[in-house]
Amino acid sequence: MDLTVTPGWYMALASVLFVIGGAGLLLRRNALVMFMSVELMLNAVNLTFVAAGRELNVLDGQISVFFVMVVAAAEVVVGLAIIVAVFRRRATASVDELAELKG
Amino acid sequence: METLITLALLLPLAGFTFLAFFGTRLPEPWPGVIATTTAGLSFVLALIAGLDVIGGGTERLTVTWFEWLPALGVEASFLYDPLSVLMTLVVTGVGSLIHAYSIGYMHGDERYGRFFAYMNLFLFSMLTLVTGSNFAVLFVGWELVGLSSYLLISFWFERPTAAAAGKKAFVVNRIGDVGFLVALMLIFNTFGTLAFDAVFGEAPAALGTGLATGITLMLLLGAAGKSAQLPLYVWLPDAMEGPTPVSALIHAATMVTAGVYMVARTGILFELAPVSAGVVATVGAATALFAATIAVAQFDIKRVLAYSTISQLGYMFMGVGAAAHVAGVFHLMTHAFFKALLFLGAGSVIHGMAGQQDMRKMGGLARVMPWTFATMAVAWLAISGIPPFAGFWSKDEILAVVFGRGGGWTVLWAIGLFTALLTAFYMTRMMWMTFGGKARWDDGVHPHESPRVMVVPLAVLGVLSVVGGLINTPFKPTLEHFLEPAFEAFHVHLAHPPEGATPWVLAFVSIAAGLIGIAAATARYRSRVPDEERGAWKLLNRGYYVDDAYAAAFVVGGGAAARWAAASFDQKGIDGAVNGVARLTGAVARRLRPLQTGFVRSYAVAVLVGTVGLLAWFMTRGGF
Repeated sequence: MDLTVTPGWYMALASVLFVIGGAGLLLRRNALVMFMSVELMLNAVNLTFVAAGRELNVLDGQISVFFVMVVAAAEVVVGLAIIVAVFRRRATASVDELAELKG
Repeated sequence: METLITLALLLPLAGFTFLAFFGTRLPEPWPGVIATTTAGLSFVLALIAGLDVIGGGTERLTVTWFEWLPALGVEASFLYDPLSVLMTLVVTGVGSLIHAYSIGYMHGDERYGRFFAYMNLFLFSMLTLVTGSNFAVLFVGWELVGLSSYLLISFWFERPTAAAAGKKAFVVNRIGDVGFLVALMLIFNTFGTLAFDAVFGEAPAALGTGLATGITLMLLLGAAGKSAQLPLYVWLPDAMEGPTPVSALIHAATMVTAGVYMVARTGILFELAPVSAGVVATVGAATALFAATIAVAQFDIKRVLAYSTISQLGYMFMGVGAAAHVAGVFHLMTHAFFKALLFLGAGSVIHGMAGQQDMRKMGGLARVMPWTFATMAVAWLAISGIPPFAGFWSKDEILAVVFGRGGGWTVLWAIGLFTALLTAFYMTRMMWMTFGGKARWDDGVHPHESPRVMVVPLAVLGVLSVVGGLINTPFKPTLEHFLEPAFEAFHVHLAHPPEGATPWVLAFVSIAAGLIGIAAATARYRSRVPDEERGAWKLLNRGYYVDDAYAAAFVVGGGAAARWAAASFDQKGIDGAVNGVARLTGAVARRLRPLQTGFVRSYAVAVLVGTVGLLAWFMTRGGF
């Protein structure tokens, strides 16, 4: 039995991680958990980048991953700061209770 | 020489610019002194340049400043030929005298500086008008004099009548300007240029009679507006609301003669359209008679002179219509002298009477205002056509040429002759009512002679009114020899008075008409002021109710149309469209607002659904 890990496996793993992240984003109400879900989705995408880069023998995939990681880090900094600020004021991190911009 | 001409043109503009900024801060009389200096210097420079043309050193001179409208081939350039030299000298000469007079007349006015700024602006505009070497520059001057006229008529704008008079002058002049503009478009369409040289050079060969008639009739409409001829004369009597020096400078001596200048300048076009030339002369004759009959029954001293000006402008139109351009321009010049003098004299009387303009409240002023009386008497004889005063020579030359054309022109001559009689009558009436008889002053009015700064210009104009006519007598037609090259250069054939004994007979007939007018008025007004407020007198006093007729015919209807448009079209149409767009946006937004639930997770679902949808679309329809 050939146990070589082919790109298909990476893609399958990435898909699973992405769906878990997406489900977490849609179903959970805690802003902190939603953030973690977003991170999961981003890293699923990163996995596809590096897997495809390695398979095709080009560096573009890895470079893209660095960009995604940098942007994600910046996003987390701002996002966490907002969450902390909201929590201090409201004593809750539930996004359903933050509906001030309702039309 | 070019520098002199440019400077003569720009000095009044410099004066205007300076006074516009600093005129209000300078104490009396400095704004007046500055404005008079620029006007006087402009006259001196124009005279030096003009003497060169007069002396025959240069027949004509063109000064080009810059290319103004390259697309139309129009340059900002100025023509110095005998005609524009004469006009420039009249404008700056009479203008300087009136500027000096205004130093005294405007004494104590709260907007003293602004007055002189406007006066200098007018001078610059008028010089642009008479020296422009193409129709575009002429038109710029034409509009600028209209603007300065408007500003000066409504100078005392706190008075509702003055503000309304300025507005009326502006609107009526616009009607004429439409004609002028149409003429310019026709000319450009035909010749592809607006330069005098090119247009007048090609006109005899390139212009058909029909088109020439169209162009010249449109030009005549413009001239009738500016020069207050039938049917557009109504603004001039009202323009007397302006300060009297303004009436003298703009509404007697210079601006209102712009139409005459324009017809003389475009003489070749009128020569190619005999019908239009006839219409010009007919309009002139009709206006001369019409305005003279109204002048007979006026009580306001300035309104007498205003209608008299309209009437005299009619003579000039008769002259240029009969192709007697030299005679027309000659009358323009002498009229500038004696009518400016009459207006300034009237201003001196009004000044002395503390603002009283009603001649029924005057009388007996000859004793208290000897200088004003003496100088005005000279002008009175000049306008009445008594030799050797200036008006006699010019008016008679026009009448002689018109008579000499024969045929239907004889009727115009007869109208002109009768108008001469009326002119002598109403001027004599004015003199008796103002200076003769017993004093009918209001209580508390103490008439006095005006200060020297006002009397000296009167005296200078008085001298000019005596000798001004002598430059163009049948014995020695100096002016004719001087002006002829200007018309020959543009291929105009001048009409001349008949030869032989006819002019002499005509001259004696018109002197007789003048004397009859004087005698009749003397008999009627020497010892009393008859009651002239009923019947035909009232009809004449109100100017045949033309103003009321125009009001009923145009102003009422126009006002109603404007009010209707404001109420329905503007408020419902224009405002409605604007408000409608706003309401539509608001309604759409109200429907869309519920989409914005405020729940982050619903947005996330939308993003997810959208992404899946897009992916599905790409994979099924065309792929990546």
